[in-house]
Amino acid sequence: MDVLDRIKEQVESNPIVLYMKGTPQFPQCGFSARAASALMDCGEEFSYVNVLADPEIFENLPKFANWPTFPQLYISGELVGGCDITVELHAAGDLHKMVKDAVAGAKGPGQQAE
Amino acid sequence: MNTQQTIQQKIRDAFAPLHLEVINESGMHNVPAGSESHFKVVVVSERFGNQRLLQRHRMINELLSSELSGGVHALALHTMTPEEWFAKGGKAPESPQCMGGSKAGQKPAS
Repeated sequence: MDVLDRIKEQVESNPIVLYMKGTPQFPQCGFSARAASALMDCGEEFSYVNVLADPEIFENLPKFANWPTFPQLYISGELVGGCDITVELHAAGDLHKMVKDAVAGAKGPGQQAE
Repeated sequence: MNTQQTIQQKIRDAFAPLHLEVINESGMHNVPAGSESHFKVVVVSERFGNQRLLQRHRMINELLSSELSGGVHALALHTMTPEEWFAKGGKAPESPQCMGGSKAGQKPAS
Protein backbone atom coordinates (compact mmCIF):
# COMPACT_ATOMS: atom_id res chain seq x y z
CA MET A 1 0.00 0.00 0.00
CA ASP A 2 1.19 3.51 -0.75
CA VAL A 3 2.49 5.23 2.37
CA LEU A 4 0.02 8.12 2.15
CA ASP A 5 -2.84 5.60 1.94
CA ARG A 6 -1.38 3.79 4.93
CA ILE A 7 -1.38 7.04 6.95
CA LYS A 8 -4.92 7.83 5.80
CA GLU A 9 -6.08 4.44 6.96
CA GLN A 10 -4.37 4.90 10.33
CA VAL A 11 -5.98 8.27 11.05
CA GLU A 12 -9.39 7.18 9.78
CA SER A 13 -9.59 3.82 11.51
CA ASN A 14 -8.37 5.08 14.91
CA PRO A 15 -10.19 7.86 16.77
CA ILE A 16 -6.95 9.27 18.20
CA VAL A 17 -3.49 8.86 16.65
CA LEU A 18 -0.28 10.50 17.82
CA TYR A 19 2.69 10.38 15.46
CA MET A 20 5.68 10.79 17.73
CA LYS A 21 9.38 10.16 18.19
CA GLY A 22 9.61 7.15 20.49
CA THR A 23 6.67 5.76 22.45
CA PRO A 24 4.50 7.31 25.18
CA GLN A 25 6.46 5.23 27.74
CA PHE A 26 9.85 5.96 26.16
CA PRO A 27 9.61 9.19 24.21
CA GLN A 28 12.75 10.22 22.35
CA CYS A 29 11.98 13.89 21.93
CA GLY A 30 10.84 16.46 24.49
CA PHE A 31 8.08 17.76 22.23
CA SER A 32 6.70 14.25 21.63
CA ALA A 33 6.93 13.55 25.37
CA ARG A 34 4.82 16.60 26.18
CA ALA A 35 2.15 15.79 23.62
CA ALA A 36 1.94 12.15 24.78
CA SER A 37 1.73 13.21 28.40
CA ALA A 38 -1.13 15.65 27.68
CA LEU A 39 -3.00 12.87 25.88
CA MET A 40 -2.39 10.29 28.60
CA ASP A 41 -3.77 12.79 31.09
CA CYS A 42 -7.12 12.67 29.24
CA GLY A 43 -7.60 9.10 30.44
CA GLU A 44 -8.61 7.44 27.17
CA GLU A 45 -6.69 4.91 25.14
CA PHE A 46 -5.03 6.32 22.07
CA SER A 47 -3.01 4.94 19.17
CA TYR A 48 0.48 6.09 18.42
CA VAL A 49 3.04 5.59 15.68
CA ASN A 50 6.73 5.79 16.51
CA VAL A 51 8.02 7.63 13.45
CA LEU A 52 11.63 6.77 14.30
CA ALA A 53 10.73 3.09 13.82
CA ASP A 54 9.01 3.68 10.46
CA PRO A 55 11.28 5.66 8.12
CA GLU A 56 8.67 5.70 5.36
CA ILE A 57 6.15 7.44 7.58
CA PHE A 58 8.85 9.71 9.04
CA GLU A 59 9.70 10.79 5.51
CA ASN A 60 6.16 11.24 4.20
CA LEU A 61 3.94 12.33 7.09
CA PRO A 62 4.81 16.04 6.63
CA LYS A 63 3.24 15.85 3.14
CA PHE A 64 0.07 14.16 4.37
CA ALA A 65 -1.52 17.19 6.02
CA ASN A 66 1.09 19.74 4.96
CA TRP A 67 2.55 19.99 8.45
CA PRO A 68 6.33 20.04 8.61
CA THR A 69 7.17 18.86 12.13
CA PHE A 70 6.63 16.08 14.70
CA PRO A 71 4.71 15.20 16.79
CA GLN A 72 1.36 15.37 14.98
CA LEU A 73 -1.95 14.63 16.67
CA TYR A 74 -4.99 13.45 14.71
CA ILE A 75 -8.44 13.20 16.26
CA SER A 76 -11.33 11.70 14.24
CA GLY A 77 -9.22 11.83 11.09
CA GLU A 78 -8.37 15.54 11.40
CA LEU A 79 -5.02 17.11 12.19
CA VAL A 80 -5.25 18.87 15.56
CA GLY A 81 -1.68 20.17 15.53
CA GLY A 82 1.74 19.59 17.01
CA CYS A 83 3.09 19.73 20.55
CA ASP A 84 2.38 23.39 21.28
CA ILE A 85 -1.25 23.21 20.13
CA THR A 86 -1.87 19.92 21.95
CA VAL A 87 -0.45 21.33 25.17
CA GLU A 88 -2.42 24.57 24.87
CA LEU A 89 -5.67 22.69 24.23
CA HIS A 90 -4.92 20.53 27.25
CA ALA A 91 -4.26 23.55 29.46
CA ALA A 92 -7.52 25.16 28.31
CA GLY A 93 -9.46 21.96 29.08
CA ASP A 94 -10.49 21.45 25.44
CA LEU A 95 -8.35 18.40 24.67
CA HIS A 96 -10.12 16.28 27.27
CA LYS A 97 -13.50 16.93 25.63
CA MET A 98 -12.17 16.36 22.10
CA VAL A 99 -10.67 13.03 23.14
CA LYS A 100 -13.82 11.85 24.98
CA ASP A 101 -16.04 12.86 22.05
CA ALA A 102 -13.81 11.08 19.53
CA VAL A 103 -13.79 7.87 21.56
CA ALA A 104 -17.58 8.03 22.10
CA GLY A 105 -18.14 8.72 18.40
CA ALA A 106 -15.93 5.79 17.37
CA LYS A 107 -18.08 3.40 19.39
CA GLY A 108 -20.84 4.14 16.91
CA PRO A 109 -24.47 5.16 17.29
CA GLY A 110 -26.61 3.07 19.57
CA GLN A 111 -23.77 2.28 21.90
CA GLN A 112 -23.62 4.02 25.19
CA ALA A 113 -20.40 5.85 25.87
CA GLU A 114 -19.11 5.33 29.41
CA MET B 1 21.91 37.16 7.51
CA ASN B 2 21.83 34.01 9.62
CA THR B 3 18.71 31.83 9.95
CA GLN B 4 17.66 33.45 13.22
CA GLN B 5 17.73 36.91 11.61
CA THR B 6 15.93 35.66 8.50
CA ILE B 7 13.13 34.23 10.64
CA GLN B 8 12.86 37.50 12.56
CA GLN B 9 12.77 39.55 9.38
CA LYS B 10 10.15 37.38 7.67
CA ILE B 11 7.82 37.39 10.67
CA ARG B 12 8.23 41.11 11.22
CA ASP B 13 7.32 41.80 7.60
CA ALA B 14 4.35 39.42 7.53
CA PHE B 15 2.76 39.95 10.96
CA ALA B 16 3.83 43.40 12.19
CA PRO B 17 4.10 41.88 15.67
CA LEU B 18 3.57 43.80 18.88
CA HIS B 19 6.09 41.41 20.39
CA LEU B 20 8.46 38.94 18.73
CA GLU B 21 11.02 36.54 20.18
CA VAL B 22 13.06 34.21 18.00
CA ILE B 23 15.24 32.12 20.29
CA ASN B 24 17.84 29.67 19.04
CA GLU B 25 17.39 26.65 21.31
CA SER B 26 19.70 24.38 19.34
CA GLY B 27 22.09 24.32 22.29
CA MET B 28 19.46 22.30 24.22
CA HIS B 29 19.61 19.54 21.60
CA ASN B 30 21.80 16.82 20.16
CA VAL B 31 23.42 18.97 17.45
CA PRO B 32 26.86 20.53 16.92
CA ALA B 33 27.69 23.80 18.70
CA GLY B 34 26.64 26.85 16.70
CA SER B 35 23.78 25.03 14.93
CA GLU B 36 20.61 26.80 13.85
CA SER B 37 18.30 23.80 13.98
CA HIS B 38 15.90 24.33 16.88
CA PHE B 39 14.03 27.59 17.38
CA LYS B 40 11.35 28.89 19.66
CA VAL B 41 9.22 31.66 18.22
CA VAL B 42 6.85 33.84 20.20
CA VAL B 43 4.68 36.08 18.02
CA VAL B 44 2.09 38.48 19.38
CA SER B 45 0.09 40.02 16.58
CA GLU B 46 -3.32 41.52 15.91
CA ARG B 47 -3.35 39.47 12.71
CA PHE B 48 -4.10 36.28 14.65
CA GLY B 49 -7.51 37.59 15.72
CA ASN B 50 -10.35 35.16 14.87
CA GLN B 51 -7.91 32.46 13.78
CA ARG B 52 -7.60 29.06 15.35
CA LEU B 53 -4.20 27.89 16.58
CA LEU B 54 -3.92 25.41 13.72
CA GLN B 55 -4.42 28.20 11.19
CA ARG B 56 -1.93 30.51 12.96
CA HIS B 57 0.73 27.81 12.99
CA ARG B 58 0.06 26.99 9.35
CA MET B 59 0.64 30.62 8.37
CA ILE B 60 4.03 30.64 10.12
CA ASN B 61 5.02 27.20 8.83
CA GLU B 62 4.25 28.39 5.33
CA LEU B 63 6.13 31.65 5.75
CA LEU B 64 9.17 29.69 6.95
CA SER B 65 8.80 26.74 4.59
CA SER B 66 12.23 27.18 3.01
CA GLU B 67 13.88 27.32 6.44
CA LEU B 68 11.91 24.24 7.57
CA SER B 69 12.88 22.26 4.50
CA GLY B 70 16.47 23.43 4.96
CA GLY B 71 18.31 23.29 8.26
CA VAL B 72 15.50 24.10 10.70
CA HIS B 73 14.40 20.89 12.35
CA ALA B 74 12.19 22.11 15.23
CA LEU B 75 10.04 25.17 15.60
CA ALA B 76 8.22 25.70 18.88
CA LEU B 77 5.44 28.19 18.14
CA HIS B 78 3.58 30.40 20.56
CA THR B 79 1.15 32.59 18.67
CA MET B 80 -1.04 35.05 20.51
CA THR B 81 -3.15 38.12 19.95
CA PRO B 82 -2.22 41.10 22.16
CA GLU B 83 -5.27 40.34 24.37
CA GLU B 84 -4.16 36.71 24.85
CA TRP B 85 -0.60 37.80 25.52
CA PHE B 86 -1.60 40.24 28.24
CA ALA B 87 -4.01 37.68 29.73
CA LYS B 88 -1.05 35.30 30.05
CA GLY B 89 0.98 37.95 31.81
CA GLY B 90 3.34 38.48 28.87
CA LYS B 91 4.95 35.04 29.07
CA ALA B 92 5.32 32.06 26.76
CA PRO B 93 5.89 28.47 28.01
CA GLU B 94 9.38 27.01 28.31
CA SER B 95 10.45 24.50 25.65
CA PRO B 96 11.13 20.91 26.72
CA GLN B 97 14.59 19.42 27.09
CA CYS B 98 15.87 17.13 24.34
CA MET B 99 15.49 13.39 24.88
CA GLY B 100 17.86 12.24 22.17
CA GLY B 101 15.63 12.26 19.07
CA SER B 102 16.83 10.13 16.19
CA LYS B 103 20.33 10.21 17.67
CA ALA B 104 19.33 8.83 21.08
CA GLY B 105 22.30 7.17 22.69
CA GLN B 106 24.80 8.98 20.48
CA LYS B 107 26.93 11.89 21.54
CA PRO B 108 26.46 15.12 19.60
CA ALA B 109 29.07 15.70 16.93
CA SER B 110 31.32 18.62 17.81
